[in-house]
Amino acid sequence: MIDPVSVFLMLLSAATPLLFAALGELIVERSGVLNLGVEGMMITGALAGFAAADATGNPLIGFAVAAIAGCAISMIFGVLTQFLLANQVATGLALALFGLGLTALFGKPYEGVKAPSMALGPLRIHWIVWLGLAMVPLIWWFLQRSRAGLILRGIGENHHAAHALGHKVHLYRLAAIGFGGAMAGIGGAYISIATVLQWTEGMTAGAGWIALALVVFSGWRAFGVLAGAWLFGGVTVLQLRLQAAGIAVPVQLLAMAPYLATIIALVVISARRKGSAAPGSLGKIFHATS
Amino acid sequence: MLRRNFLATSTALLTALTALPAIAQDEPLKVGFIYVGPVGDGGWTYQHDLGRQALEEEFGDRIETTYIESVPEGADAERAITQLALAGNDIIFTTSFGFMDATIAVAEKFPDIKFEHATGYKRAENVATYDARFYEGRAVMGTIAGHMTESNRIGYIGSFPIPEVIQGINSSFIHARKVNPEVEMRIVWAYSWFDPAKEADAAAALIAEGVDVILQHTDSTAPLAKAQEAGAIGFGQASDMAAFKPSPRVSSIIDNWAPYYIERVQAVLDGTWESEGTWAGIAGGEVEIGEITDAVPAEVRDAALAVKDSIASGEYHPFTGPLNKADGTEWLAEGQTATDEELSQLNFYVEGITAEIPQ
Repeated sequence: MIDPVSVFLMLLSAATPLLFAALGELIVERSGVLNLGVEGMMITGALAGFAAADATGNPLIGFAVAAIAGCAISMIFGVLTQFLLANQVATGLALALFGLGLTALFGKPYEGVKAPSMALGPLRIHWIVWLGLAMVPLIWWFLQRSRAGLILRGIGENHHAAHALGHKVHLYRLAAIGFGGAMAGIGGAYISIATVLQWTEGMTAGAGWIALALVVFSGWRAFGVLAGAWLFGGVTVLQLRLQAAGIAVPVQLLAMAPYLATIIALVVISARRKGSAAPGSLGKIFHATS
Repeated sequence: MLRRNFLATSTALLTALTALPAIAQDEPLKVGFIYVGPVGDGGWTYQHDLGRQALEEEFGDRIETTYIESVPEGADAERAITQLALAGNDIIFTTSFGFMDATIAVAEKFPDIKFEHATGYKRAENVATYDARFYEGRAVMGTIAGHMTESNRIGYIGSFPIPEVIQGINSSFIHARKVNPEVEMRIVWAYSWFDPAKEADAAAALIAEGVDVILQHTDSTAPLAKAQEAGAIGFGQASDMAAFKPSPRVSSIIDNWAPYYIERVQAVLDGTWESEGTWAGIAGGEVEIGEITDAVPAEVRDAALAVKDSIASGEYHPFTGPLNKADGTEWLAEGQTATDEELSQLNFYVEGITAEIPQ
């Protein structure tokens, strides 16, 4: 029979890229910005982190560089949407495509190269997984209990009111976008440095889009993101384990299960909730008129 | 100008343009490729692109090649193939099983363009098919797997339940069991040709079930990375995947498309191209066995190479009876070998594999 403990340990690993990217996007969206470029930032982090890990032989430096690279590329989006007032949806989509193209170009020399292996943390799990788990209560505390988090949420709900109170809307939002980029970068690097150990073009394979869905799924809450990442990762892992164990369940049904579970959960949640939990100013351009 | 007239003129112009290279001899022959993955996948598509590069090297400025990469199998493939056809390509290679129906559909609309579809079975006047006998390579890998497994459990990561993959599963299992009667096989379907994270999870799932030798029929190196972490072994797929030498990658199946591409483009240049089905294997050089590393004991390597040599010389066929189907009925009698037609439509496991093929 399938051992539930080992399923859970696999689930932790499978959920990690999604968890990082979705937690980052959570902060971005809570500040009222919709950045659809998560996939582009993840793949940028995956390549930059891999390159740095390869050059230094130290995977942890790889993760640090991935965070910096994800943050840097998110600044393109930040400047375009916050200072040049570009449309967030279009700019975000462009960022996703730009990241994929850019990394395909610069990733050529790294094809076929293998990443240095990394020392595992407790329970034979990467330290980055533990870091991801630690980020959940941290972000919860930041949003719900800290003053900066309160201001950030205020800006996301109503940027005009926050501006009138004297808060610097653009600066807060730029910081949130940068944080989102760094988190997405780490999530992407987890795939290239810790899971696959090689660079391949397009290797994030849509994880950024799933992360975006998880933020909506979570109802814009940190622990909701964790639950969503575990649900999605868990069903993915479980269906593979059922197959490997040779248990006769229709495979198509299993392959469909993660997506199906996510959709069902979304329907149940939105049916129970009155109105939308989305930040009031989400995706709206802010232009200070006074 | 009336809009309708404009459309008619441009269509006529386009037809004239596509027909042009056939008339004007000075124009380079245009060769198009449709890839299912990125050229940097390090596996399947990478090898096809090596074939394309070999073409450029061989023919120089007598030909001009273009490719479209990461084309999803399904409706969108038809659009991509049409795009290459409209761009005036004289011969178009569509390099994945799932492009089969789209290739046939586009070929009907462009009777003057030659199409070559990899790994499929539908042909037409202007559509040829080509494939490699990967199952011959799998026989060698299966032999190594049967010798090397300590848990007597080997795993196979499948992409899609199509004949090519089922041939591979059966061939690996038959030859593993031949050298190790205790061996059993676990199969996981990834439902993707290329999804590194999913492939890694699939490998981890197999390892958690006690598998210590992993065969993969997907294109990324992720399963090898997982195997390494757990001390299991695996094989390079489609490409050598040499970065994982000497272990976990103990050998590999390499697809070498270059000789075929050169032969076919030469045929177009000579005007001798005809629609046919080509299916070469180890003997024809399309399927190569990558170096068997020192992680494998010498006697296992010799056994594997003996299988390879006997297949290459034609004295041994990997599907030779007596073989039964998984449901216990007879498939091949003693000494009988499977026909190509049977293999190209293979949709059952051989006796001993307990899983079921998703239908």
